[in-house]
Amino acid sequence: MASAGQFCTFYLNHLLFGVESQKIQEVVTHRELRPVPLAPTVVSGLMNLRGQVVVALELRRQPEMPDRARAMKPICLVVRTEEGTVCLLADEVGNVVEVKEETFEPSPETLPPRLRAVIRGVHKLEHQLMHVLDTERACEVSS
Amino acid sequence: MSAAQRISPSSESLGLSIVRVVPMSDADDIVKEFLVESYENLDRLDRDLVLLEKNPGNREILASVFRTIHTIKGTSGFLAFDKLGAVTHVGESLLGRLRDGELVLNGEITTALLALVDAVRQMLASIESSGSEGERDDVALISRLTDLQHAGDIPGDRDEPALAAEVKAAPPATAAASPLAVSEAAPATKAAPGLDSAAANTIPIPPPTKPKMEPSDHAEAFDPASSGAGVKAKREQPGARAQGAGDSTIRLDVSLLDQLMNLVGELVLARNQILQCANISEESSLLAASQRLNLITTELQGGVMKTRMQPIGNIWSKLPRTVRDLAIDCGKQVRVEMEGQETELDKTLIEAIKDPLTHIVRNSVDHGIEAPEVRQGVGKNPEGLLFLRAFHEGGQVNIEISDDGAGLNQERIRLKAIEKGLVTSEQAGRMSDRETVNLILLPGFSTAEKLTKVSGRGVGMDVVKTHIERIGGTVEVQSRPGKGVLVRMKIPLTLAIIPALIVTSAGEPYAIPQVSLLELVGLDGGESSQKIETIHGAPVYRLRGRLLPLVYLKTALRLDDAETADATTPVEGTSLSAPGASGAGSKAPVTKRTNIVVLAADGRQFGLVVDEINDTEEIVVKPLSKHLKDISVYAGATIMGDGKVALILDVLGLAKGSNILSEGREHGRELETEARAGTNGGKQKLVLFSGAAGARMAVPLKMLARLENIPGGQVERSGNRWVTQYRGQILPLIRITHALEERRRLRPTDDLLSLPTSDMLQVLVLENEQQAFGLVVNRILDIVESAMEPMSPSTRSGVLHSCVIAEKVTELLDVPSLLRTGEAFEPPEVPSGRELN
Repeated sequence: MASAGQFCTFYLNHLLFGVESQKIQEVVTHRELRPVPLAPTVVSGLMNLRGQVVVALELRRQPEMPDRARAMKPICLVVRTEEGTVCLLADEVGNVVEVKEETFEPSPETLPPRLRAVIRGVHKLEHQLMHVLDTERACEVSS
Repeated sequence: MSAAQRISPSSESLGLSIVRVVPMSDADDIVKEFLVESYENLDRLDRDLVLLEKNPGNREILASVFRTIHTIKGTSGFLAFDKLGAVTHVGESLLGRLRDGELVLNGEITTALLALVDAVRQMLASIESSGSEGERDDVALISRLTDLQHAGDIPGDRDEPALAAEVKAAPPATAAASPLAVSEAAPATKAAPGLDSAAANTIPIPPPTKPKMEPSDHAEAFDPASSGAGVKAKREQPGARAQGAGDSTIRLDVSLLDQLMNLVGELVLARNQILQCANISEESSLLAASQRLNLITTELQGGVMKTRMQPIGNIWSKLPRTVRDLAIDCGKQVRVEMEGQETELDKTLIEAIKDPLTHIVRNSVDHGIEAPEVRQGVGKNPEGLLFLRAFHEGGQVNIEISDDGAGLNQERIRLKAIEKGLVTSEQAGRMSDRETVNLILLPGFSTAEKLTKVSGRGVGMDVVKTHIERIGGTVEVQSRPGKGVLVRMKIPLTLAIIPALIVTSAGEPYAIPQVSLLELVGLDGGESSQKIETIHGAPVYRLRGRLLPLVYLKTALRLDDAETADATTPVEGTSLSAPGASGAGSKAPVTKRTNIVVLAADGRQFGLVVDEINDTEEIVVKPLSKHLKDISVYAGATIMGDGKVALILDVLGLAKGSNILSEGREHGRELETEARAGTNGGKQKLVLFSGAAGARMAVPLKMLARLENIPGGQVERSGNRWVTQYRGQILPLIRITHALEERRRLRPTDDLLSLPTSDMLQVLVLENEQQAFGLVVNRILDIVESAMEPMSPSTRSGVLHSCVIAEKVTELLDVPSLLRTGEAFEPPEVPSGRELN
């Protein structure tokens, strides 16, 4: 798995995450979501993305982070997955960074299992660690 | 044209070099066209041959079969598919002799010809995948066909049978024979125009790869009646028709149509949005333009939809062949009849029902229809009948497949279901015939005693059901022992754009497909608290006297949790909780208007209670992502005119989720169907009520016509009985407490007329031998299904016996005797009650 290349970064509960740029279709500001009753908690709702109905998943719920403060509007990372287009909700969008293979390390054993499940590893950036998000895993619904 | 002239079908290398002369993509195109065309022809061939076997004298069909084989032969020669050419050549010769009446078609010849069709199909498949006919040895088939051709004939008089056949083909008028024979014998010249039309990228349907003048010549040759050249009108007709069809049809890639359909879907959404904007704007020109846009869009939508519609006959046409082969395999005789082949439905749906349909047909032939001896033994026609019927009804396509076979063995189904652990023996005992029969739709069910190669591998009807349900259809099985089985599939016309009712619950819009919608009922605040009752906690509404089970959408979607929380917070109506906020306004229980959407799911009715009923709208169904696929109450999502996303409710899923279709069904449908509610394996449906002094009593549900609430004020007296005006008739009323008492003496307070006029009497309107009367009871309790084993004999007249129902001693009323006593019942002696006061 190529872990080098361009990454689009975002913040989730003050942690820096990254997704390969080519997987990201676009980043849009928060818009109205249609809640879906009975849906798994990860599903925040459905979004009208220019005539397309796209499901929005709350990234904070996957690694079991505390819910976002109500006043804080999430941003939407529209990613292409094997199952079609999915919108991932994150706190804030960061820079696009270029990383090299050398800075990559698999995720440490000590990470909380739910977080470990959705990341492929970390890149040691200069000031921070960037968690490499596994978009396919992040889009899986655990009940 | 010049290229064609150079072709010599016998030389493969030359043939190949010709293909190379043509630019590669063109050659591919030609082969592709040839394949498409030939597949189509082969399907027709299957059908025609089976038809022909039934009706060997039909020259028209014979001519069509001949033409088809001939066309394939000709084209294969042109494209240098030698093996294909060789096989079709002998077939053509055989057909030629049949056509000339020198041979009579029999089962053997039909089988051989069908084998030929199969061989051709295999070769075509091979050409499609690898570009060549593949390694194959058709000597056996060829010699078989040749043998048949010469059977019962002086052999050896023809070394070029095809040519000879053509010469013979032109009956008395030999004048017509020579040009025809020449053209027939030289496939290369004939195939040339095929190249022309193929290069033009459109192949006419039907695709005669012949010069324009030829069809009329053929018609003449095939039809001995029009032997003279003078019958001009008749000659030209077939040619003209073929030409017309060729000019007016084109072949299209289905994906193009799909794309168009998607675009139209988007257009419909955009139209909806514009309409909404225009309606609130003052601009009259915008309004006019939007109206026009509306009209055009609707028409466009209809038009594009139509392009995707295909007659169901397209898939049915393959079935006679399947049935024939199968019948021969199983040693049975089966006749196929069809009705409504022209019924159209969406192409994708046609594709989706193909396999299930074949499966059901196979089942019918393999398991349903008995062997001829057996059939004769029970006095049936040894030839079984398989009847296919299709028709439109209520925006759906109904497809029925019925046979006149033995029907389903209910007992065996029950045992099998128990054995496979699909139901418990107790459940099986309780099941109605209808339910039992439909057990075969459960996964892992197969009663076939021996596995045949045809069917009976344990996967079966459940797959059919899954397939049909996936496209929004339903399957139902009906069986009459000894008479046959009927499988009915109901399929939506199209999937892409559907009319739907938009409702609101907890402030969010939901769409309900109009197909399942029956009616809308609105109850005012006061009414709703009165008219919605509960039976053991389950809410029901009396819709014209029948109990309609209610499902609260909020409850079904578990939205009411938030709201109950709201209600408990002291600040009613101004709750801060976001999701419930909009719903909280409608929470005030008294003034709340109840909207009931009456829906039908799988033949059962239920009422869906929603906050608001908005409007109907054409919606474009968008599938849900896999994250939401498992939630059975949604069928998809859509974008509404205002850009909001609405969820489309899956009525069937909703009903299942709310137990309307399982244990709850007694309260619904079964109540309405008097006949079925009757005895059922020693069990009966009973209406429980409390009678005199709180005693539990029951009457059979089949006697119950309706449940009514009659205000005390409406009770009148007529002669010696209490009556009420009910539906324009006079309904005698019998009060249960009096009818059963030993001494029928009334205290003045017992008189129904003395009741406060506002008091409601609960009345069971019972029917016995066409006679209706109202039984005034204290309270209606429940409807149960129970065995009625007498536990103790009757202690009083009017009671059949006592038994234990739902763990309580219950008296079963003897309605006829009650009616007699009721009639003989002395009127309240004293002019008590109202008159006195």
